[in-house]
Amino acid sequence: MLKKRISANVIVRNGIVVQSINFKKYLPIGKPAIALEFLNQWGIDEIVLLDITAGIQNGKPDFGMVKKASVKCYVPLTVGGGINHLDHVKELMHCGADKISLNQATLHNKQLVSDTAHTFGNQCVVVSIDAVESSKGYLVYDHVTKQAMPTLTVASHAKQMEGLGAGEIFVNSVDRDGSYKGYDLNLINEVCDAVNLPVICSGGAKNANDFLKVLEDTNASAASAGNFFFFTEHSVTTTKAVVRKQKDVRLETFITYSNSNFDDEFRLLKKKDSELEDMLYVEIKKEVI
Amino acid sequence: MKQPNIVIIDYGVGNTHSVFNAINFLGYKKVKISDNPEIIKKADLLILPGVGAFDEAINNLKQRGLEPILGEEVLGKKKPILGICVGMQMLASFSEENGLHAGLNWIEGTVKKLELPDGFAVPHVGWNNLEIIDNTLFSNNNMENIHFYFDHSYYFESKDSSVSAYCDYGIKITAAVQKDNIYGVQFHPEKSQVNGLKLFRRFFTLIDNA
Repeated sequence: MLKKRISANVIVRNGIVVQSINFKKYLPIGKPAIALEFLNQWGIDEIVLLDITAGIQNGKPDFGMVKKASVKCYVPLTVGGGINHLDHVKELMHCGADKISLNQATLHNKQLVSDTAHTFGNQCVVVSIDAVESSKGYLVYDHVTKQAMPTLTVASHAKQMEGLGAGEIFVNSVDRDGSYKGYDLNLINEVCDAVNLPVICSGGAKNANDFLKVLEDTNASAASAGNFFFFTEHSVTTTKAVVRKQKDVRLETFITYSNSNFDDEFRLLKKKDSELEDMLYVEIKKEVI
Repeated sequence: MKQPNIVIIDYGVGNTHSVFNAINFLGYKKVKISDNPEIIKKADLLILPGVGAFDEAINNLKQRGLEPILGEEVLGKKKPILGICVGMQMLASFSEENGLHAGLNWIEGTVKKLELPDGFAVPHVGWNNLEIIDNTLFSNNNMENIHFYFDHSYYFESKDSSVSAYCDYGIKITAAVQKDNIYGVQFHPEKSQVNGLKLFRRFFTLIDNA
């Protein structure tokens, strides 16, 4: 049976991974290659690498950065930012990308969506939609002009992109971005109802419970978070250990935390001294691949 | 460890670099991404990667003159080849993606669009477990709890005798095929973490036992 996915957004600005807050403030985290290597080791199901300055500075993706970043990434890697030509897509596939995320092109260069789908197949095209809540419902937000599109609703945009050949919809709530308020379930339900495509949701995750909630209360096939994963050791593994108690997710890392306890904020609790003492003498063999 | 010559066939579309990264991790040094006939002829093992639409993939392969060369190496000299995703689908007789197109016809079967019950989104994206029929490529005993990454809208419908694994996504989907020295997997071993890397290792050691 197909498992729900826990995915990570890695936001890159000027070649450095950053923490993003409301699409306005950015705090530095570190090198993309290291972020991807750790996420991979901790058992992430998928990584979405978004370069938010690529398009603005050069009009093309930062191929060198992607090539370096992907070396130790053995899970699917979706790359977005600055893609406005089919040649960019081809080049990215030679730099370690497996899927392409299109955002600006879906607003201003729709031909690229169908061209990419036709050449690389629908499954390669992830349409990324930034959403803001307004009195007219959820509207598509243009992160370059920093304004909502006044007449374009998220649901109708998603539907149109499905028609053009999108294979997945990545929906990000601008209002919840970096807010730790939890996922916007109404938004995600609206998108899931509009299309018959896998939906990846993002924006607002604070702890494992938020992942559980969105996977139980919506049809999203993947829940993604950025900031949340960067600040604690084994964050992905511990999140999955909690989610897996109620929802079917893949947990195949060497360390699983299956028998660990968590507090109300889903932080790992210290084991009893007696258990730790016993563990001193447990032999853990290195996994041979 | 033996160092066989491994060639990842470059036909323009396909995530060649991801496959390269994965094989590199395993410690194989003689790995090339190429469409050069001379390099392909020197290979001990071939990989046909895939991310692409069927017609683009097969047309590119034919335009680069790779069909007769691969035919000679694989059917004539019996070199092991592993097709991944659309690379696996190209082994089929026909595909119905974007119109009817002829494949390499190395393993009898047709590539068809996924027609799924309500509630199953297309493409089939994510981690799924397998039902193993033949374990040549799969080393572990506990396959029910081992997942591979799938991402496709079309699937390979083939005779049961050439299918080595199925997966379940509303319908039974061919996950792996196998005939003599020809292997194909619908999922992406280069993107299936440890289990995918193990599958590559298993494939590369096939020639040790031959």
